[in-house]
Amino acid sequence: MPQLILQTDVASLVIENTKKVFSVMLHTDVSHHPAIIFDDPRGPEGDVVSLVGFVGQWTGTGSVCCNSKVARKISGLMLLTEFDDVNEEVLDAIGEVTNMIIGNLKDALEPALGQLGLSTPTVIHGEHLRARNLNGERWTTISFDCVGGILDVKVSLRPSGSP
Amino acid sequence: MALEVLIVDDSSAIRKILVRVLSQTNLPIAQIHEASDGVEALRLLESGNIGLIMSDINMPNMDGLQLLTAVRGNPAWKHLPVIMITTEGSQAKVLEAVELGATGYVRKPFTPEEIKAKIESCFSGTVG
Repeated sequence: MPQLILQTDVASLVIENTKKVFSVMLHTDVSHHPAIIFDDPRGPEGDVVSLVGFVGQWTGTGSVCCNSKVARKISGLMLLTEFDDVNEEVLDAIGEVTNMIIGNLKDALEPALGQLGLSTPTVIHGEHLRARNLNGERWTTISFDCVGGILDVKVSLRPSGSP
Repeated sequence: MALEVLIVDDSSAIRKILVRVLSQTNLPIAQIHEASDGVEALRLLESGNIGLIMSDINMPNMDGLQLLTAVRGNPAWKHLPVIMITTEGSQAKVLEAVELGATGYVRKPFTPEEIKAKIESCFSGTVG
């Protein structure tokens, strides 16, 4: 029953994948807060918001969002440099972090949900951005303590064509 | 003989990391070329003397599997080592890449050691 698999597993898969990406690519550990499983009406929020779309028998969105300082620090660890501003390199690095976290989640979910496609990431930067879905989806949200701030990973998935 | 390497990824962050990893290997690397998609990669292949390709799969314009098909379809590049480096880790996608002629496959996130080992296996005849 895919719905049961999602409710029990999406959060733990996100936690596992996020920790792995930070450990392997950034050589730093992250700790997570309790997941809000399919009960968070808030979409992605932050100064830097990265979004990828799922397509297939299930559709939805995966997101990584944080403030500018966290985005700069994550990118600095990944590229072994320091960033004073959120520039193209920072946006690219956050997009790639999103791609790895959500891409590995997609692979782990495919045995239960069928083949899924994943869009390339869209990363936007501004002040206190908020993203919303227009179809009333709710999100699985996991917040991580990392590089002295908070990084949110949010996933919203539903069967294709469901009301 | 010094080696020319072509890195193909739409992420400049990943290209930078791979350049760094390559610089830490013992391979005699003469030059590292970078392309952000398959179309740009083919242009560089035609104009250069590439001895190893490291390519992402999900890219705009021409993806990594289309690039792999084009490379294997050209007699001049047929035996060129091609390592796919991607988040696409499903068994079906790995099999597809292998059937199209990928020499090796590395999943993101990757360690420098994984990349180095895969490159070395390409030139020692042990691939996978």
